[in-house]
Amino acid sequence: MEFKEYTIGEFDTEEQKKFRKEVGEWLDKNITSELIQGTNELRVTAYIPGAREFAEKLGTKGWLCPEWPKEYGGAGLPAGYRSIVAEEISKRVLFGPGFLGGLTGGVAGPVIMEHGTLEQKKEWMPKIAAGAQFALGYTEPNAGTDLASLQLRATSDGDDYIVNGQKMFSTGAHFARYHWLAVRTNPEMPKHKGVSMIIADLKAPGVTVTQLTTIARERTNEVFYDNVRIPKKNRIGPEGEGWSIIRTALVAERGDLGTFPWPKILVNDLVQYAKETKRDGKPLFEDPLVWQPLAQLATEVNILRLFNLRVGWMVEKGIDPDWTAGEAKIYESELSQRIANQGMNILGLYGQLEPGSKYAQIKGNIELAYRAMVVRSFGGGSNAMLRSNMATRGMGLPREPRLVMQKK
Amino acid sequence: MDFDFNEEQKMFKQGVREFFEKECPKSLVKKMMEDEQGNPPELWHKMSQLGWLGLIFPEKYGGGGGNIIDLVALEEEMGRACLPGAFFSTVLLGGLFILNIGSEEQKKDLLPKIAEGKIILTLAINELSASYEAAAVQVEATGDKDNYVISGTKLFVSDAHIADYIICIARTKKGTKPEDGITAFLVDRKSVGVSCTLLKTIAGDKLCEVVFDKVKVSKNHIVGKLDQAWGPLKQTMQQVIIAKCAEMVGGAQRALEMAADHAKQRVQFDRPIGSFPVIQHLIANSMMDVDASRFLTYEAAWKYSEGLPCEKEIAMAKLCTSEAYQRVTATGEQVLGGIGYTTDGDMQLYYKRAKAAELTLGDGNFHRKALAKELSK
Repeated sequence: MEFKEYTIGEFDTEEQKKFRKEVGEWLDKNITSELIQGTNELRVTAYIPGAREFAEKLGTKGWLCPEWPKEYGGAGLPAGYRSIVAEEISKRVLFGPGFLGGLTGGVAGPVIMEHGTLEQKKEWMPKIAAGAQFALGYTEPNAGTDLASLQLRATSDGDDYIVNGQKMFSTGAHFARYHWLAVRTNPEMPKHKGVSMIIADLKAPGVTVTQLTTIARERTNEVFYDNVRIPKKNRIGPEGEGWSIIRTALVAERGDLGTFPWPKILVNDLVQYAKETKRDGKPLFEDPLVWQPLAQLATEVNILRLFNLRVGWMVEKGIDPDWTAGEAKIYESELSQRIANQGMNILGLYGQLEPGSKYAQIKGNIELAYRAMVVRSFGGGSNAMLRSNMATRGMGLPREPRLVMQKK
Repeated sequence: MDFDFNEEQKMFKQGVREFFEKECPKSLVKKMMEDEQGNPPELWHKMSQLGWLGLIFPEKYGGGGGNIIDLVALEEEMGRACLPGAFFSTVLLGGLFILNIGSEEQKKDLLPKIAEGKIILTLAINELSASYEAAAVQVEATGDKDNYVISGTKLFVSDAHIADYIICIARTKKGTKPEDGITAFLVDRKSVGVSCTLLKTIAGDKLCEVVFDKVKVSKNHIVGKLDQAWGPLKQTMQQVIIAKCAEMVGGAQRALEMAADHAKQRVQFDRPIGSFPVIQHLIANSMMDVDASRFLTYEAAWKYSEGLPCEKEIAMAKLCTSEAYQRVTATGEQVLGGIGYTTDGDMQLYYKRAKAAELTLGDGNFHRKALAKELSK
């Protein structure tokens, strides 16, 4: 048993030290103050000014995908070097490299590497390594948690597919170039079998992107496909094998979600605020109705840290983290919501003031979190589904039998 | 980073589990709840022979030289088994306190006897105020040249009715700070003026009222330094809290397993109830409670074993584990339904012990206060 956390770079070889220094110096020159400010203001993915330009610059160095071969736009470095880049970015930017994943082909890249043909690798990997932007095209009006019931139809027509239908909650689709798109290629097959993955060009004729506005004021989109022609060579993996590809990609996405820096930052801010602020003549922190929830939340932040460390420890030991990644995700999302909710109560009437408002406390971040954290308990897999997954995978409970609905 | 016990500790833990499965069946646990003595002599003897009563004492005092992580491994299994008896009072409260501040003579005399299972020891801290604060120590000891005379009532004293010695925490001086002027006395329970009354408790823990009526104690029986017992007492409590948390983690893990097993086997509406998401979600919440308690406890134990500051971690471990264990067993009762409500079933044992453990050594609010004090620094 050992809970020592290694300091960044503690086990670097001489070569790695040199590389770390080079990356660090480059980052100091190329991370702009607006990028730092954007992440400090707790803005959500894709809305950080300068992030796209930064990703593209990082791409020219080959450091967006450092372990990829040079001919694919990587730097041809051994696996450990990706974490060096990530750690050095984390030292300078609040969200670390997390914001890059949502912007670029962070989800598509590893999947193409694993399932793509040689030609596809040659075509897509250099684009992704250079910072090409992708939006995710999974969810539909009638396919959310039950993603496999998606209906966006791709009909075969010679060398192309003709695509018709609608995607929902496609964040970034209004500025990204490509759509990482789950389509139904065969409606006759059982629902998990008739799905394929293709890359669509969002600028193609017949694609319409319309705005949906979330309560966090983050823009997301509906994307409509009206007889859009997409070449079959853009299909990743065999036709009908899309479901297993999506699952691989989802696991990679979920693993990142739990390691979110907000809970710790917000609780630290609230403790600091309660110590410095007087209400009715005495420091807020002396009120049991204030220190009780804050001590509880501080404990829960530490529990989240331990859940995340455990997942990392399992990965390091070569054990499949399985349901423990979901456990960390459930815990993080619900803790974030508790912090925002109780934090607003501690701020009292000030709690309702938005970022930028006169008199906003803690930069309005608690109020923003109250709105923005809602998405975390269903985005990336609903907590309801993940709880059932924990019980069935972790404690061996039987799965719920499927109810067969009569089709109208 | 390593979230698990080492190989040796894992083997030890497995051995303890198998021993208790054989030697400490739930029928014995239930019998001991009703038993006036509460410490099964045969089991106590076997545990001493296996070296578990002296596990954490240095070898020169007849112990096994184990550290607090070894103790955590042992305690988890004790919690799982619902072990009855005097381990908590004798080894943890009494033994650790003697080990921490006893004189060399006291250590040489008492620790080997504890390890051999020959004496029962306990520590009398609480009084009628039921508080763990220093100011709550009101029982007075007044001294002359050679002796002290103790008068007052101690409450919630574990196993005092069967103890050979009671270490009584008493006030010897009224200073400006409540932490000053507190002294520990090693009192022979058979001394004139000591009387014990056994209290009826929810989980069958043998807690006593101990009345000290002008009890005469020799100055030589002071444990540690005159007027300065509070600091060492707090330090001992840190170790005892970690051990108690480990006991709760072991119990909570077992209660979770029992609930999950029942959910897999119990059929209603033509399917195992564990296939209903409502039940799955109860189980998932318990899994999170158990994991959270386990990792906080392990982290606190590891920090303590490394000599790192761990006041915050210990407070977090106790506040979380106390409340989590209660929830996990209440969920267990809910999943098991009627059979959990009967005394024939075993879930009730965990349900009761969880609540008793929550109140012992400071509940959630007590430790949130301690943590808030650390955070306010």
